[in-house]
Amino acid sequence: MTRTTLVALMATTMLATAANAETLRWARAGDSLTLDPHSQNEGPTHTLAHQIYEGLLQRDMAGEIIPALATSWSVTEDANVWEFKIREGVTFHGGQELTAEDVVFSFERAKLPTSAMKELLSSIETIEAVDDYTVHMTTSGPNPLLPSNLTNLFVMDKGWTEENDSAAPQDFAGGGTNYVTTNANGTGAFMIDSREADSRTVLKANPDYWGIGTFPLEVSEIIFTPIQSPATRVAALLSGEVDFIQDVPVQDLSRVDADPALKVVTAPQNRTIFFGMQSGKEDLESDSVDGTNPFADVRVRQAMNMALNREAIKRVVMRDQSAPTGVIMPPFVNGWSEALDTVPATDVEKAKALMADAGYGDGFSVTLNCPNDRYINDEAICQAAVGMLGQIGITVNLEARPKAQHFPLIQNGETEFYMLGWGVPTFDSEYIFNFLVHGRGDTFGSWNNTGFNDDDLNAKIVSLASETDQDARNATIGEIWDVVQTETLYLPIHHQVLNWGMKDGINFDVQPEDQPHFKFMTFN
Amino acid sequence: MIAFILQRLVQAVVVMAVVGLVAFSMFRFVGDPVDSLLGQDRTQAGVAELREALGLNDPFPVQYARFMAGAVQGEFGVSYRLARPVSELIAERLPATLELAFVSGLIALIGGIGFGVYCALRPRGVLSNFIMSASLIGVSLPTFLIGILLIWIFAVELRWLPSFGRGDTVDIGGWTTGFLTVSGLQSLILPAITLGLYQLTLIMRLVRAEMLEVMRSDYIAFARARGLSERAINFGHALKNTLVPVITVTGLQVGSIIAFAIITETVFQWPGVGLLFINSIQFVDIPVMSAYLLLIALIFVVINLIVDVIYFRIDPRLRAESAR
Amino acid sequence: MAVEQTRITLRERIANALDSDLFHAFLASPITIVATLCVLVLGLAALLAPWVAPHDPFNAATLNLMDGFSKPMEPNAFTGNMYWLGTDDQGRDIFSAILYGARISLFVGVMAVGFAIVLGVSLGLIAGYVGGFVDTAIMRIADVQLSFPSLLIALLIFGIVRSVIPVEHREAMAVWVLILAIGLSDWVQYARTVRGTVMVEKSKEYVQAAKLIGVKPWRIMVTHILPNTVGPVLVIATIGLALAIIAEATLSFLGVGVPPTQPSLGTLIRIGQGFLFSGEWWILAFPALALLVLALSVNLLGDWLRDALNPKLR
Repeated sequence: MTRTTLVALMATTMLATAANAETLRWARAGDSLTLDPHSQNEGPTHTLAHQIYEGLLQRDMAGEIIPALATSWSVTEDANVWEFKIREGVTFHGGQELTAEDVVFSFERAKLPTSAMKELLSSIETIEAVDDYTVHMTTSGPNPLLPSNLTNLFVMDKGWTEENDSAAPQDFAGGGTNYVTTNANGTGAFMIDSREADSRTVLKANPDYWGIGTFPLEVSEIIFTPIQSPATRVAALLSGEVDFIQDVPVQDLSRVDADPALKVVTAPQNRTIFFGMQSGKEDLESDSVDGTNPFADVRVRQAMNMALNREAIKRVVMRDQSAPTGVIMPPFVNGWSEALDTVPATDVEKAKALMADAGYGDGFSVTLNCPNDRYINDEAICQAAVGMLGQIGITVNLEARPKAQHFPLIQNGETEFYMLGWGVPTFDSEYIFNFLVHGRGDTFGSWNNTGFNDDDLNAKIVSLASETDQDARNATIGEIWDVVQTETLYLPIHHQVLNWGMKDGINFDVQPEDQPHFKFMTFN
Repeated sequence: MIAFILQRLVQAVVVMAVVGLVAFSMFRFVGDPVDSLLGQDRTQAGVAELREALGLNDPFPVQYARFMAGAVQGEFGVSYRLARPVSELIAERLPATLELAFVSGLIALIGGIGFGVYCALRPRGVLSNFIMSASLIGVSLPTFLIGILLIWIFAVELRWLPSFGRGDTVDIGGWTTGFLTVSGLQSLILPAITLGLYQLTLIMRLVRAEMLEVMRSDYIAFARARGLSERAINFGHALKNTLVPVITVTGLQVGSIIAFAIITETVFQWPGVGLLFINSIQFVDIPVMSAYLLLIALIFVVINLIVDVIYFRIDPRLRAESAR
Repeated sequence: MAVEQTRITLRERIANALDSDLFHAFLASPITIVATLCVLVLGLAALLAPWVAPHDPFNAATLNLMDGFSKPMEPNAFTGNMYWLGTDDQGRDIFSAILYGARISLFVGVMAVGFAIVLGVSLGLIAGYVGGFVDTAIMRIADVQLSFPSLLIALLIFGIVRSVIPVEHREAMAVWVLILAIGLSDWVQYARTVRGTVMVEKSKEYVQAAKLIGVKPWRIMVTHILPNTVGPVLVIATIGLALAIIAEATLSFLGVGVPPTQPSLGTLIRIGQGFLFSGEWWILAFPALALLVLALSVNLLGDWLRDALNPKLR
């Protein structure tokens, strides 16, 4: 390439940037999987959907619930019935008017067997339109937390969806395809302009958006590109090819921050990383001792908890981008207290003594299963833990695998020592208990691979769903946490910290669920 | 000739069936699609239900038969990950991979034969030695590292070339091409070099080695003795005679370029079938994985066929043998 | 001649070797001497790593995480420890990790290539010489095999082995699984090349003559045809060794390979590439340099061997 063409090219690029000042080029690790808002219950898919579609309510950039398509919501005299007032004068991108019928249709669609969102709505028995702008939802029992289950439930236009034969979400087994997988018609601040999966999605501002005047709406166009490789993603930001990236690798934060044209914004994420141990089995398959399960002894679990040096992990592995913790619950969650979150002191000597007390003074060996593409520096954290546990005599064989192979191990009970991360979309402890503490069964405990199964505790956990007295409910939550902590059911490591890298001129806060809502973004 | 091709075609069908079998049995080890399909909020009952609905509980032969029955009709089902027909997805992504493979193949072939011939003609030359040694760097580092190093130098530090994607593409009757736009061509450069470097080195070394050998053979000496020009000897005789093994290897390399595109496409976020495949592995998207593997098998079978036919035409000894 | 040779003493044999054309050719090529030295030094260092390396990077219990990211030749800010080539994100001494890593990489590479050569050359010889149905069968298997990128074969073998090997041995077997995976994915090249040569050679007069005087087929193959395949096989094998080492790195890039607690050279590079933009250049640079020198030397050595061994080139 000759020098003149190069200069000419660079000039064109610069001109283009100047002319479209409000175009935002956005990159993150994963693409949205589908434009159908009910087909996948997954972060990147919801994030894109949030730009195009809206729910009755949503979380703002601070994680607080704010009105979206509903202007108000409350429990009626019947504690089982919630009433939602629907915003008037809202139109879909295709021009259709939003009515209560669309809301009822969308929720019923999200409850269908092929929907990925059905579990979040399992407590809702009926949804009905009382009038054009009022919706009643009847739950199977009092459900004080219903609103926090609805922030990712998007409203579609009934007529448009039915006309395009997409009344039900994609049936993966049945074949055929849904029109709404590649087309969208929402009420949101942005409209889909073009989309090639895994490559490029272009969104344009919705000129008829109801929120004009309510939100800053300074972005007029979004070009979204997934960039899977972390190094390439950072390179794209450093080279100025994108304006905003999620998932900045922690080691590159200082480089991005040091660049005068760029900045990094961080905030605690709604996700805690921890280890789980199979303490319920009579004998472990992967350990070196026969006939017994070392994890069954609470002293061993306590010793392991003491052996972990969370501060060192934070400082070296996470580059200070984590919040070490003593509980498997992010600070936003109802039930969290500073006392629970206290980081256990690292005490190798005491841990060794506990090991000796438990009869494992000579140590033992065990296999740790770890994902290598799911959490921030997951494999490196596991490696660090291997070293720390080695110091109290536990020889850990590390098996690090891609997430598609790691999570089924937990699901199928094929691992005895594993890493897991947990986010709490409902911002309430009940969600953690249901999946991680309740004994494993058909509806509860699907992620509890610790073998822990206590009938009294299970009953307490189930009672949380229908307890309407907040104080009594919080007291029960406290009792359950006490058991989890004294039993050392899990070994908490840290709360993840989210990092977003962006051009210096952008004003944007990190959203704790890792969901940027671009209607809030402003420019200097 | 026709009998020869027919025979190969029958063999090709068998190959495809075996690939289907191996590919299909492989999926049981890649992970569990149910895990990716259901969110964190799943219940054990929901998992069991979906597994049943997707037919994952059926005996292996039943699943394989169902898969092959669909595959024969070009019907691979719906992608678990992107909820779209697999054939549509592959058709959409194939142009990106083929264009990348074509350009890197071209780089490898032109560069490989050019450098190879030069190094063979001047085996003691300083430049030859330099080319020979420098080319080894391309095969002494993993592809992903070369890609990242190129991004670092040309995208981050020099800002000459884009670090990811295909740039702007033009749609010509369903075939999206990056050849017609400036940004499309710029975007091709780094991935094509990354992908072609290894093949370039291989072809170059092979050409040089074969050519050196031929140059010392008797008939080249006769040609010299007959007073033929250097040019005629070098290109008319020596190069022509080195082409048989070069064609074999190049034929094989076309296939492995497409296979290795997996890594390059991941590093450069190149939206081709390789990236589609990697994403499918991570998601355990069985329909896409199986279709991709069969596609690769098909490409290989076709390439093998072409190589065999060319072999047949170039080397008269083989023709004589088959006539016997 | 073969019988006579057995009576020659060791000393005579060494003297013969030192006086051979091969050795003289070796002395005449300085770059080959340098390459040989590099391979020898790296190979020896790798072989003797447990005695040469200042630390044992594979013993996780002896690592101090706070030593992580020490700069080369500079004391660590927290611990004050100093390392020649710095440390990585786990506090592993890079120098020791390179030695131990090269040990694993070389082992995997040599074993995998050896396995591939034995398999590929035998199958190629048989296919090319016997021809007919056997040829068809072998070459179609090769086609099927080639249809699969090596990383897929590795994934498959990994999956199968996972279900076969008892949990407590999985980690120990990882290296063997890799060897099997890489070797199995690489034999086709040898088979096809050897077969091509055989098909051309076997129609030549000397083979026909040997057949006529009643020499057994396997003898013809081994004594007459095999030597003619050495050249092409060596070219592929030299690149193949570097390729095997790099294939291991690529697999680890995709999350399949040796356990991260016992990194090979390739795994070290995979880990190091994450630090390219962040300023910790030494985590990538030194292992990459070691791999480069190793692979480059092996290739140069192979180049020379090829020219020197080929009777037609003398």
